[in-house]
Amino acid sequence: MAYDTQFLLGLYRQMVLIRQFEERVKFLFLEGVMPGTIHQYQGQEAVAVGVCSALEAQDVITSTHRPHGHALAKGLSIESLMGELFGKVTGCCHGKGGSMHVGDLEKGMVPAIAIVGGGVPIATGIGLSFKLRQEPRVAVCFMGDGATNEGAFHEAVNMGAIWSLPVVYVIENNRYSASTPICQTARVERLTERAHAYGIPGVTVDGNDVLTVHEAAQVAVERARSGAGPTLLEAMTYRITGHSRRDPCLYQPEEERKQALAEEPIGRYGAWLLAEGTAEQAALDQARAEVDAEIEEAVRAAQAAPAPAPEAALEDVFA
Amino acid sequence: MARDERVFCIGEDIGIPGGWGGAFTVTLGLEQDFRERIIDTPISEAGLFGVALGAAIMGLRPVADVQYGDFLFCAMDQVVNQIATMRYMSGGKVTVPLVMRAPVGATGRGAQHARNPEAIFYGIPGLKIVCPATAYDAKGLLKAAVREDNPVLIFEHKLLYGSKGARAETEALDASSEVPEEDYVVPLGEGIVRREGTHVTVIANLLMMHRALLAAERLAGEGISAEVIDPRSLVPFDWELVEASVGKTMRAVVVEEGPRTGGIGAEIAASLAERMSDYLLAPVGRVASPDIPVPFAPPMEEFYRPTVERIVEAARGVVVGSGG
Ligand SMILES: Cc1ncc(C[n+]2csc(CCOP(=O)(O)OP(=O)(O)O)c2C)c(N)n1
Ligand SMILES: [Mg+2]
Repeated sequence: MAYDTQFLLGLYRQMVLIRQFEERVKFLFLEGVMPGTIHQYQGQEAVAVGVCSALEAQDVITSTHRPHGHALAKGLSIESLMGELFGKVTGCCHGKGGSMHVGDLEKGMVPAIAIVGGGVPIATGIGLSFKLRQEPRVAVCFMGDGATNEGAFHEAVNMGAIWSLPVVYVIENNRYSASTPICQTARVERLTERAHAYGIPGVTVDGNDVLTVHEAAQVAVERARSGAGPTLLEAMTYRITGHSRRDPCLYQPEEERKQALAEEPIGRYGAWLLAEGTAEQAALDQARAEVDAEIEEAVRAAQAAPAPAPEAALEDVFA
Repeated sequence: MARDERVFCIGEDIGIPGGWGGAFTVTLGLEQDFRERIIDTPISEAGLFGVALGAAIMGLRPVADVQYGDFLFCAMDQVVNQIATMRYMSGGKVTVPLVMRAPVGATGRGAQHARNPEAIFYGIPGLKIVCPATAYDAKGLLKAAVREDNPVLIFEHKLLYGSKGARAETEALDASSEVPEEDYVVPLGEGIVRREGTHVTVIANLLMMHRALLAAERLAGEGISAEVIDPRSLVPFDWELVEASVGKTMRAVVVEEGPRTGGIGAEIAASLAERMSDYLLAPVGRVASPDIPVPFAPPMEEFYRPTVERIVEAARGVVVGSGG
């Protein structure tokens, strides 16, 4: 498929934005200036960017305990994310949500759901609303490999299937749920084999190749939008950072990590852009410098922003 | 586990080599001694609690855990409809020697990793509930729970898991205490007086017990003598100990970390009103969180959870308001 250069460079910039955002956040945590806990997205950038680049602004995503990449890819501003991580009023949830619940429905992202599997029925319900109102919109449910072992996953994918809802269920298979390897908790070779049980297509792709993800997502999104029903899309990837704050990843074999680092999506895509002659190194460097500057500005703004008044905790319980 | 080979642990990430021994390192390294009896599950809470129940009624003694108390809700059917009712429905024929462990308390993680759901389960007949506040009690109550022939839910506080080491929580408290190497149990249903006093009885467990002790210290500076009782078990509840204390102080304050409405404090205050109306000089005071989900931002979380200051105020109010 032929893509225009702007689009291809845009994907690169988005992935680098997520990577640099996460690296900066990691550092802020280690410095002890950022509160709470974090689950980071380094290594999986091609999934969020590949999928979200196949969506329209009015499409809606659900996310997980590891939501920063999804949020940036769906168009939430760096400021509103950074503000939320710092627990400031400028955050996308006014400091009420925190890292595991970032989101903004106006941008098409439900506040992230940190109960593993909890988002699958919700995305299905969003798809149902689109169908009932005959809106040409699509719901995308991001989940980890581990989520496919929750009952909620099975109940919800089945409902999406029987009602032919406009939903794309995206499994980011990074091979681990926390410290547990997926091969220890699922007998099937590919998690998309589970799609057969519900009578929907299941597609497994290289999740570290942003264009492959993008193309597979486009097919699934088109199918959903046309009324043909959901797809189970599995993107094979790897988390090249800890599961959460302060995880030394001792359960990951050394060789496997090395391999994963060699196959991480940004280096791969950057090399491809250079090899294809789509971009010069200078353009890639510039993209990185630009996002770094934007991130620094967001950090500065978030640190300068006011903390919420303690009593604000009492607001927003009901409409 | 060494003592009784019917005992096994079942949960998520509890025995992965190179892992963490559960979300808070409680089972760390156990897989080296008991590989067969440390069972790592998929992320399937409803499934794993049901599996534990099945094994329990066949005579094994499972210890099932969730990584955060909030995920008990994912297993709610098994816990409430099955585990809590099995013995009763069988007319007393089935025995359910099942231990469940759940970490509770707000720790900067936002609304879904933070709850103190004790009161919700307190209202489910058929479950015994314990809440250790010290290292000594954590061992003694766990051993008692494992030897118990009924379902026991253990709520452990994240800020009491340890204030040192790689997985220590920010703001964790030092809850260490002398822990004998030898075998001992803290019997279910036995509370303890943590500090003696004469003017007001403060009833508190888990993290709130530690804050109540700090509050008592401050109150002493104002000439108010507070007795701090740690019930340790919520079900069964040590009414004898509490009645003896309130009979002496004639005033009581109940402190809890969960929301006020339908809380532990509501139940204890109502029961005290029934049992001790001849003694009470003032309505029972309640200190609890407001009726809101747990907020993330540190100033809001701090506002949410009862502070030492709020316990002091409540106790002072009860004492001063009744001519103390
Ligand atoms: C219902 C529920 N159970 C357990 C957890 C604790 N937990 C948080 S993330 C995680 C692993 C999730 O694995 P996966 O779905 O593969 O996502 P990944 O972390 O790899 O992105 C677990 C067990 C949770 N948040 N919710
Ligand atoms: Mg995973």
